[in-house]
Amino acid sequence: MSTTSTPSAGVGREDLERLAAHWEERPSLRAWLSTVDHKKIGRRYLVTAGFFFVLAGLSALVMRTQLGRPESGLVAPQEYNQLFSMHGTAMVFLFATPMLFGFGNFLVPLMIGSRDMAFPRLNAFGYWVFLFAGLFMWASLPFGAAPNNGWFGYVPLSDEQNNPGLHMDVYALGLLFLGISTTSGAINFIVTALKLRAPGMSLNRVPLFVWAIVATAFMVVFALPALNADNAMLFLDRRFGTHFFDPSHGGNVLLWQHLFWIFGHPDVYIIVMPALGIVSAVLPAFTRRGVVGYVLVVLAIVSISIISFGVWVHHMFATGLPQLSFSFFSAASTIITIPSGVQIFAWLATMLLGRLVLRVPLLFVIGFIVTFVLGGFTGAMFAVTAFDQQTTDTYFVVAHFHYVLIGGAVFPMLAGVYYWLPKITGRMYHEGLARWAFWLFFTGMHVTFFPMHLYGLFGMPRRVYTYPNIAGWAGWNLVSTIGSYLLALGVLLTIVGVVHTLRRGRPAPPDPWGGDTLEWSTASPPEPYNFPVLPRVHSLHPTWDARTAESTGPGASADRVLSGGRRTLLTSELDARQERAVAMPESTLKPLALAGALLLGFTALLLAWYPVAVVAALAVAATLAVWLWPPRLPEQEEVGP
Amino acid sequence: MSGRSGVAAATGAEAFSAELPAGRPTGWWGMVMFVATEATLFACLLGSYFYLRFQYGPQWPPPGIEEPTLLKPLVMTAILVPSSLPVIWAEHGIRRGQRWRLRCGMAATLVMGTSFLALQATEYDEKLHMFTMTTNAYGSLFYVITGFHGLHVLVGLTMISWLLAASLRGGGFGPRRHERVRNVAIYWHFVDVVWVGILFTIYLSPRL
Repeated sequence: MSTTSTPSAGVGREDLERLAAHWEERPSLRAWLSTVDHKKIGRRYLVTAGFFFVLAGLSALVMRTQLGRPESGLVAPQEYNQLFSMHGTAMVFLFATPMLFGFGNFLVPLMIGSRDMAFPRLNAFGYWVFLFAGLFMWASLPFGAAPNNGWFGYVPLSDEQNNPGLHMDVYALGLLFLGISTTSGAINFIVTALKLRAPGMSLNRVPLFVWAIVATAFMVVFALPALNADNAMLFLDRRFGTHFFDPSHGGNVLLWQHLFWIFGHPDVYIIVMPALGIVSAVLPAFTRRGVVGYVLVVLAIVSISIISFGVWVHHMFATGLPQLSFSFFSAASTIITIPSGVQIFAWLATMLLGRLVLRVPLLFVIGFIVTFVLGGFTGAMFAVTAFDQQTTDTYFVVAHFHYVLIGGAVFPMLAGVYYWLPKITGRMYHEGLARWAFWLFFTGMHVTFFPMHLYGLFGMPRRVYTYPNIAGWAGWNLVSTIGSYLLALGVLLTIVGVVHTLRRGRPAPPDPWGGDTLEWSTASPPEPYNFPVLPRVHSLHPTWDARTAESTGPGASADRVLSGGRRTLLTSELDARQERAVAMPESTLKPLALAGALLLGFTALLLAWYPVAVVAALAVAATLAVWLWPPRLPEQEEVGP
Repeated sequence: MSGRSGVAAATGAEAFSAELPAGRPTGWWGMVMFVATEATLFACLLGSYFYLRFQYGPQWPPPGIEEPTLLKPLVMTAILVPSSLPVIWAEHGIRRGQRWRLRCGMAATLVMGTSFLALQATEYDEKLHMFTMTTNAYGSLFYVITGFHGLHVLVGLTMISWLLAASLRGGGFGPRRHERVRNVAIYWHFVDVVWVGILFTIYLSPRL
């Protein structure tokens, strides 16, 4: 069943030495800055996104402390606005998506049996841009210049007259900068999953996690441009006097909301979908069977990614748009619950039909199902326009989307952290610590957010820095605040658990869980080249299939060893027939240089140093030209890009 | 390569060069996806144009701004759209190993694209006397949409000059080594097609 990475007869010692020589990097500062290894980049994404999660969580703790009792004076209104804006912006843009990109980066090449992503240098570039854009946005907080208008940046609150200063310039430029990273990452996932799958991994054998990542990447490709257009127009309006959102000169404030939610609603699925993919990846190992209804789940993933583009107006039911348009968007918002339900029932059936192994990852999956279903119920309530108009902009909405996002994204992510920690670190986590972390997190989450439904229905509005002593508000707010501290304690214990794993954890075997996907056939942590022999896949559950192990064992086909350089295999898009070997790039500092030039450019734009911005643009062009300059190869030695 | 049998025979440089490339390479998919996301960006900008126009009222462009004249944009179209032909001709040439066709084709496209940008500059020169991007929402839309497209033409021209320079420096393009040519070609065709959408939106739709 579970194979190891010890040299098999199909690959000789000499091959292994050559593979190691080509792929290993000796530790040095230069190697650290120039690596293009998807596993290192994936780990960096996870750590950096986790860091931004902690910052955004601390912002929330300050807010909850402020709201713990009525008429509290802990933070001033302007500070409160910046805190909730950075909390939302960071959780959505700097934590949720990058965290899932981190999982994707580490896992997709391993799950599809490849040696790296399709564009390793672009991958490194995407990480540096994410890091720089995140720091760019957080750095504004100590200066009191952070975004102060919510994560959605509605005009006219965010235009120059109503919101002077750098706040919303940081928002617009920060998100444009970050968008470069998200887009390049998404394109990389699509091409990797299309072209680099192991021979035999036809579309009906692709792991559900990879399906989810690819569907998400397609949503990013077609949704993110709306946000980019919006932010470019906002920046031009604020800084250069255009009038896109200015009604006194023919603009329209609702244009912002339309474009924002054309992006923003798919973005909910951009966050939740890969997390659901984690659930589908974790379940087989702890139920001892494949997810029920593979084809239905794939169809659900694909249809959600399409329908999600037709529901954006349900965020705008209270804006006075024509009533007729509501019926379409109300119907679409109701319909999208069907594929979501299909997935939930597939997981429930998997658990009913399988033999449950109640380890911590499975606990988090169960926590996810409970929480996410509750959030889904209140979501379906919003599709009723009349109910939506009653509860919009109250804490009921806050409760709803925290149930959806913590339930639908954070619980699965934590399941994923514990599930893959042995693979990523090569060590086992401490079961007791992890169980404590789960129960604190689960209890804290519900104690914090369930009461918000109540005081939302009692009429408490969102985004207020304080409130008068109204019966029913004060008590429940205090309960929420206590819950938030429990929640934070759960996060703290998770961090302690990860550090403990790195320091004290006992060495992990290649496959501690009996997982069904290819990453479990590699060493823990995987070798720099992932697979000594690129496997040949014969079924949906390759590591449960003796033929896959045979394909890398004695008599393995020599054309899947590829030890003559950094090489991997290209296969055809649909049925994964072997096409040819390609050379993969060596480590390089160019991605870092390019991201640095962009950071200089965006900083110069923010501070209105336009000549510096021009210099930075030229530096970007020059770096790209050098990056893409064709290597001098004699014609007969061509092996691709 | 070492003289070992089996593995080396299948993985050595000789084995790579012996076979012709099969299937679409990763670079092709990367460029197609990049173009798809860029096209969506233009769709959002053009969608914003129509949204603001229909919210504005019966007279469009707003009072004080004349309807755009057609002669110059049509000439610009007549230059830009056919500029894809030399690219296609060059790409087919390099697949047969005719490097001169790559060089001539890129040079021709470079001239046509630059003329397009020069004409656009004169167009701006005229229009700026009438209105600027801060006059009203129409001005903002006009300059931002055409300017953003002009920027894309400039990027495309940079890519073509880069390709021309690389091929003159003996960058080794050949029958089995033209992926970069194909990627630049895809981008340039995209820039052309988007212009047709802009021609319709900015110049033709106010007359409808």
